[in-house]
Amino acid sequence: MVHVAVATRAFRRYSTYRAATLAGIFTNSVFGVIYSFAYLALWSANPTAGGYDAQDAVTYVWLGQALLMTIALWGGGATDDLAERIRTGDVAIDLYRPVGIVGWYLASDLGRAAYHLLTRGVGPTLIGFLVFHISLPSSPLTALAFAVSLVLAVVVSFAIRFLVASSAFWLLDQSGVKVMSGAFAIFFSGMMLPLVLFPGWLGTLARALPWASYVQVPADVWLGKHTGVDLLAALGFQVLWAVVLLVACQGVLRLATRKVVVQGG
Amino acid sequence: MAEAGAALHLRSYFQIAWLWIRAAWQYPTSFVLLALGNGLITGLDFVGLWIMFAHLDDLKGFTLHEVALLYGSASLALAVADTAIGSVERIGTYIRTGRLDQMLTKPVPLLVQVCADQFTLRRLGRLTQAAVVFGWACTYVDWTPLRVLVAVSMLLSGGLVFFGLFVGFSCVQFWTTDATEFANAFTYGGATVTQYPLNIFPREVLVGLTFVIPVAFVNWYPCLYLLGRSDPAGMPEAFQFASPLAGVLTMAAALLVWRSGVRHYTSTGS
Amino acid sequence: MSVTGSVRSAQAPLIDVRDLERTFDVRRRVDGGRRRVRDSVLAVHDLTFSVQAGEMVGYIGPNGAGKSTTIKMLTGILVPTGGHVSVAGLDPSRDRVELARRIGVVFGQRSTLWWDLPLRDSFDLLQKMYRISPARYRDNLGRFVELLDLGDQLDTPVRQLSLGQRMRGDITAALLHDPEVLYLDEPTIGLDVVSKGRLREFLRALNDERGTTLLLTTHDLQDIEALCDRVIVIDHGTSVYDGPLAGLHVEGGSSRTLVVDLVDEAPPVEVPGATVRRVEGPRQWLSFPADASAAPIVAAVAASYDVADLSIQEPDIEDVIRELYSRGAPEPLG
Repeated sequence: MVHVAVATRAFRRYSTYRAATLAGIFTNSVFGVIYSFAYLALWSANPTAGGYDAQDAVTYVWLGQALLMTIALWGGGATDDLAERIRTGDVAIDLYRPVGIVGWYLASDLGRAAYHLLTRGVGPTLIGFLVFHISLPSSPLTALAFAVSLVLAVVVSFAIRFLVASSAFWLLDQSGVKVMSGAFAIFFSGMMLPLVLFPGWLGTLARALPWASYVQVPADVWLGKHTGVDLLAALGFQVLWAVVLLVACQGVLRLATRKVVVQGG
Repeated sequence: MAEAGAALHLRSYFQIAWLWIRAAWQYPTSFVLLALGNGLITGLDFVGLWIMFAHLDDLKGFTLHEVALLYGSASLALAVADTAIGSVERIGTYIRTGRLDQMLTKPVPLLVQVCADQFTLRRLGRLTQAAVVFGWACTYVDWTPLRVLVAVSMLLSGGLVFFGLFVGFSCVQFWTTDATEFANAFTYGGATVTQYPLNIFPREVLVGLTFVIPVAFVNWYPCLYLLGRSDPAGMPEAFQFASPLAGVLTMAAALLVWRSGVRHYTSTGS
Repeated sequence: MSVTGSVRSAQAPLIDVRDLERTFDVRRRVDGGRRRVRDSVLAVHDLTFSVQAGEMVGYIGPNGAGKSTTIKMLTGILVPTGGHVSVAGLDPSRDRVELARRIGVVFGQRSTLWWDLPLRDSFDLLQKMYRISPARYRDNLGRFVELLDLGDQLDTPVRQLSLGQRMRGDITAALLHDPEVLYLDEPTIGLDVVSKGRLREFLRALNDERGTTLLLTTHDLQDIEALCDRVIVIDHGTSVYDGPLAGLHVEGGSSRTLVVDLVDEAPPVEVPGATVRRVEGPRQWLSFPADASAAPIVAAVAASYDVADLSIQEPDIEDVIRELYSRGAPEPLG
């Protein structure tokens, strides 16, 4: 129940910045329009590139814009609070709370993600639907699978951001690591270009890395590219990375706790 | 007189910026990581473009070299503007924290102070990457003296256009302090749109990018001249030489908006 | 008119404020947040005062009374909506940049110093921004560093300085260009007693040596007592008192207290001109108007009771100001 309260509080906190939200939806939509035309040009020259058709490609663009803030692709979200608390030393208090730190920040980040989904996710999706006629999930089952995939995307992204923020235990300042991590996230999530277009070994690598859970997997689920066992495998891929990374978060936290105890914070 | 004033302001700008560079150097690890990270973001950006061309022979008639010329010049212009005055994006924060008030009590023009504040060289990453791509693309251009002139004026004017967009659209924050992201649609959005040959967009979009948000002059028109191509949209040939005019006009408009923004701030106090 | 003011009244005042007014438009939600209405709020109104060169004036009032709005109008950050304001013969909002060379401003909790760099670097930049001649800069820096005891800190990064050292650094930064007026906003907030004392001493010396005019907003009345001959109290956007500190007691209806130690416990003492505020065993506290003489009251008490000891407590200025505030008419909003 504590976690629900934490999530609700995070949701409310973000909902106070209305002008920022509107400005963000506007900006996402501008980029959505630009990329839509770029992809339309690409797919008109090569109508089956990456196994997508033109409508798939444009739908992919708008899903990417909708997911951008929800999964906090650039970093930020609840984990920025953590980095700040590490920098100021307040994290020592968190370490001795009865509620686990990872769960606490995850709940907070899910609250944030819920807000961003309802505003900056739904906004661009609607505009993409009205202006570019993007496709919608073909069945309730697909929609449900997308919802599950989306939550898993946020969890995987959270775990990576948590690890980035934890670097502050050793470096004091997460900003350098955060920018590096953001660069990889943009490229390997499929945000910049669908991973299905990545050639040869680069494509194989990109589709195996955790960042693929951010955009490529949820988008393919939405587009109905995965069905039956294949769908379970796609979701299983996200679950696997979520578990591995959350375990890593716990491990790093244990190391950090030892460090904080030794150095007295 | 006005020129002496401008030189003086420029000197103040560099004096303030220099202090920020030295401050950033106090954390060399972060400085290096940030510069590398920013270089990486833009570097991978170009890899993305390159991957696109693995599936294409040309993008609406433009080859990879030609697109690289567009990409490099737009990215270079943005990087110059962003490095020089990118801090203007933070006006809203300065208003909320009271820092703007402090600046208003100093005898240096507010715009100079805002642009130089928290000056950072970490955008050098983007600058370097853009320069490399542009340099590579340049080797495919048949250079003539006039083309060299057009290329130089293109980079300067492109910088001016982005200066104007950064300043002008950041001014929205004088009215709504937390709408920081709004300006991104025009600055980074402008840089993204000009990475592509503009004939991939409908004609209305091209008209908008010519007359409303004049980013088409950042690279599209002058690059058509550098590449010796006729305008696929059939726009007047004179546009290929009009970049300086577009730069000056954008900058002038932005300064007007800036002045009214400052006036709004001092007359409402919020 | 203050004491110093009347002496120098031949000169034009350095700060001249007449019928100053500032309204703010605010949007307010009514009907449980359904409807938004525009309201005009008077932040400052009918404000008139003038300050002569060389005066040290305390500008005090509760939060939201209009202090910072006034300071913003005096520095040119905010344009008045009515009335007149001039500082050093300039219209602050019109001649803001020119005025900036002639005033110094210190916002108590916001430093202008470069956090990661030695103090000296911030000062060097200010020399360039204000175009201070090298000779004058060297003199001023030397003098302030000596007076404020900052010599050892000049080459220390600001982030390693104590709060007090940082505040002294900020004050030096505001004074390097020899401003005619120094606006100080809560300069002693958060400082320890020693630092506060040292800072006050410095400000007095600055005023003596250079005749720098000082306008001080503060919550710390000891700052006022130590520094200012004159106070202006602002409440609900307008001046409710302007005069010497001593006069504030009369104006505020303040009272002195006679503490009487009787030999034995007794019911509350009854004497004309005084009322008992508190009784604790044989000790009683009697209050009487601050401007009345204590002698007849002491005599009356001694005549009727066995007195072991007597003492008189001077009025507490905080009580006085609280009293003044509470009498200010509540602002009719909207």
